[in-house]
Amino acid sequence: MSSNSRVLEISVGIFVAVGIAALLVLAVNVSNVGGFSSGQQYTVTANFDNISGLKARSQVAIAGVTVGRVVNITVDPVTFEAVVEMTIDSQFDEVPVDSSVGIYTAGLLGEKYVGIEPGGAPDFLEEGSVIRLTQSSIVLEKLISQFLFSQSDEDK
Amino acid sequence: MFDWFAQIGKNAIEFYARLGKEVLLFIQTLLAFVPLVLRPGLIVQQIYSVGVRSMLIIIVSGFFVGMVLGLQGYNTLVDFGAEESLGVVVALSLVRELGPVVTALLFAGRAGSALTAEIGLMKATEQLSGLEMMAVNPVDRILAPRLLAGIISMPLLAAMFSAVGIFGGYLVGVDLLGVDEGSYWSQMQAKVDFDQDIVNGVIKSFVFGVVATWIAVYEGYTCIPTSEGVSRATTRTVVYSALVVLGLDFLLTALML
Repeated sequence: MSSNSRVLEISVGIFVAVGIAALLVLAVNVSNVGGFSSGQQYTVTANFDNISGLKARSQVAIAGVTVGRVVNITVDPVTFEAVVEMTIDSQFDEVPVDSSVGIYTAGLLGEKYVGIEPGGAPDFLEEGSVIRLTQSSIVLEKLISQFLFSQSDEDK
Repeated sequence: MFDWFAQIGKNAIEFYARLGKEVLLFIQTLLAFVPLVLRPGLIVQQIYSVGVRSMLIIIVSGFFVGMVLGLQGYNTLVDFGAEESLGVVVALSLVRELGPVVTALLFAGRAGSALTAEIGLMKATEQLSGLEMMAVNPVDRILAPRLLAGIISMPLLAAMFSAVGIFGGYLVGVDLLGVDEGSYWSQMQAKVDFDQDIVNGVIKSFVFGVVATWIAVYEGYTCIPTSEGVSRATTRTVVYSALVVLGLDFLLTALML
């Protein structure tokens, strides 16, 4: 009987261990846990005329490397500009205040992300800073319609 | 005319009385978890029969579901030249939906039906009354360890299902169809979020574990103690579990999205 219950305990132990291992695999290998959600961060905001397609949780990148995430997007009730709030990992705390931000697309059909082009000012962005220099997302429909209209003007 | 109203009223009262009894029994069973801490042997034994013995069917089905997702996803995505996103498709559909739901359905068929039949037969052969005669509360001794074992086992089984399924999708997508290995994993890691996707999947599988195990245990405990009654209760367990799991899945998805 005792050896029997030993086998039972061992198999249950293996079951629980395999289950927890599977959870860990899902957490570490499949998802982006510990990427930029943990650790120290600071929040900055930037106002855009148009963010078309940028979402909360989108990447914030310097030179293409992810340094943070967009946390919140709202509309300013007075100026009707989009206010994008993003957190940046504190490891990157020496981003100059005159850096400019733009909304770009990763690849032709990829996700929108916020790209930061570092400036040259001696002061750095900190918690609550507002980035002044912004470049809005390119809206493909507007571009195409501009192109079409310019074409039809030339025809006349 | 009044008979008709009386019939409605009678049905309603009976329905709420049953519901009330079920909720009371559920609370009693939950309260019985506390003294179980002193007797972990009971839980281990039940985890063995509920969880360990369901492991094989869960892992094999997870593997095949993952491989099918890999094949189907590839064939659809390749038309858009987006086969690099295969990892995302496989991982998200498994972690968010298929993992918890299919595991719960298999769990209801494999473990739930066995629980109902076991408890129903205990009732039919008057073992439950025997326990009561010996001043042992069957809720503490029979229902609580089984419910707790089901609640512990379900999230673990669902995690195994998803993990094995993602591996199955990897085998088909990368080794068989030639999707780039790096983009399979990196796109998956970029798009699957821990808080949004993995945790939601675990919450779902936990809820399904409570519901499926409770339906099984309750149907067994309240079945008509004849061989026909036990067989009916077993059928009801599988049918109700499947319906409730699928309905709840919609509700939970709507709440968490």
